[in-house]
Amino acid sequence: MDLRKEAGEWKGIWVFAEQRNGIIQNVTYELLTEGKKLAQDLSCEVAGVLVGDDAIEGNVQSLFDYGADKVYLVAHRELKYYCTAPYTRAITELVNKYRPEIFLIGATTTGRDLAARMAVRINCGLTADCTGLSIDPDKKILQQTRPAFGGNIMATIISPNHRPQMATVRPKVFKKEKIRNPKSEVIKFVPVIKEEDLIVRIIEIIKDESIKVNLQDAEIIVSGGRGIQDPKNFAMVEELAQTLGGAVGASRATVDAGWISAHHQVGQTGKTVAPKLYIACGIAGKIQHLVGMQSSDTIVAINKDPDAPIFKVATYGIVGDCLEVVPMLVRKIKELRD
Amino acid sequence: MEIVVCIKQVPDTTEVRINPETNTLIREGVPSIVNPFDENAVEEALRLRERHGGKVTVITMGPPQAIEALKQTIAMGADEVYLISDRAFAGSDTWATSYTLASAIKKLSKFDLILCGKQAIDGDTAQVGPGIAEWLGIPQVTFAVKVEVEGKKAKVERLLEEANEIVEIPIPCVMTVVKQINEPRVPSLKGMMKAKKAEIKTLSAQDIEADINITGLKGSPTRVVRIFAPPAKGGGEMLSGSTDEMVSSLVSKLRERKII
Repeated sequence: MDLRKEAGEWKGIWVFAEQRNGIIQNVTYELLTEGKKLAQDLSCEVAGVLVGDDAIEGNVQSLFDYGADKVYLVAHRELKYYCTAPYTRAITELVNKYRPEIFLIGATTTGRDLAARMAVRINCGLTADCTGLSIDPDKKILQQTRPAFGGNIMATIISPNHRPQMATVRPKVFKKEKIRNPKSEVIKFVPVIKEEDLIVRIIEIIKDESIKVNLQDAEIIVSGGRGIQDPKNFAMVEELAQTLGGAVGASRATVDAGWISAHHQVGQTGKTVAPKLYIACGIAGKIQHLVGMQSSDTIVAINKDPDAPIFKVATYGIVGDCLEVVPMLVRKIKELRD
Repeated sequence: MEIVVCIKQVPDTTEVRINPETNTLIREGVPSIVNPFDENAVEEALRLRERHGGKVTVITMGPPQAIEALKQTIAMGADEVYLISDRAFAGSDTWATSYTLASAIKKLSKFDLILCGKQAIDGDTAQVGPGIAEWLGIPQVTFAVKVEVEGKKAKVERLLEEANEIVEIPIPCVMTVVKQINEPRVPSLKGMMKAKKAEIKTLSAQDIEADINITGLKGSPTRVVRIFAPPAKGGGEMLSGSTDEMVSSLVSKLRERKII
């Protein structure tokens, strides 16, 4: 069995436009912006792949605003919510028909569920959770760089003989940029969803009420670690977050201990974030936590232990007890505003 | 209920470093462990067996030393284990790995559930579970935090970014589980004795009837072309003085940066 593909027949860069409840996720815009840069090196077009029910068409313009030259609109009533089988069916058909050279997908729970399944169905290479993308100037292939071994090493991976070259890309690694874009070509595609694709059913979605501000979109995040000493002290972390208009994050240790829900976890097995300001309260800063927050613009670390690794990535470090420092910080910020 | 659990032996990733001169992994002295999420998968399989009866079979693809990982699952209570090992599997990426594991599962037995950890802590791809499901042509549910089986279907709660989602999925299917699903048991003394004595069966490419053109490095669409140490981030400024002075200084610095 030889599953290699003739590279020349595959053209263009595609970005999966992930939507939840009809709202396009920011990683989509980040990937369109990055895709546009890669497209210059390949002299090709960038396309968004927008999948949903009929109402999803209203989001087409936003994809052009962030650089899409083209949008493949895949609307079907069974595609309103993400579900593995019908999405895999629809997008695989689209890929086989229009043949993109590169396909970028956000490394979200949805993106990772979808891409892994598609890669086997299409017979193509897939690189997970990339944090860097570039085009090899000679061979014109996609170089995909990603952390491995818990962030201790970086690896660059290629898919030389298979197309599309598919990658999931970590949210918040690339910055989204709106552009003036005169393009507006929409290609409608009606997939054939089969009965057998509909055997898994979503029966309930339980929203986490403790998520007041979406972590990955927050401009400011205040995170608590073991150093806050007691689950009750997340109230203090929450108060600082609220004072700053930010979201609450958490270290893996506090999530494992049941102090706060897993939706708040920042780090390798939680979320990757890159806010303007990240305040780490009582977080030691194991590599697994650092890989999830070290690209934040400004990092403030508060920890009793002067040798805590978190200080290595901090813009400003305070050696002290966060039970004392955090409430004082809240007070001083409030004073400043009064 | 027939449950197959796929596990991976991984280096304890907190210990892995790169030699900055040669750009190669320093593996010496790094302990090998069962991928932690896979321990959760084994635990969940054992709990399902306790509730519904049946058999738990654990498989791993890897070199001969991965037998140690299989033995650990025997100690936990697995009924049968198999090492899937062949030179033809060396260098497999997730595509080839999922093909190989799916071939082994097809060959081994009938199955109701296939459980995997959500991802391995060395590669962190989360791609093998869904890959196996595709090769077997059965549905998948990823990031499971709660599983209830009733007859020929399961109700599974998934841990997503900002919400949990409950899905109903028919059996047979593949499930990948997150850490929060359970607390893996500590092997009993009796279990450890059993593991010590156990003969581990090894299955080759021929045994599982795998097409060796699509296994191992040869069958893998991806290639690792470079590994390197992540760029070190320079440390910032440590504030000094009394707590009051440090906090005041922080507030004014954040203000200068127009963050607050």
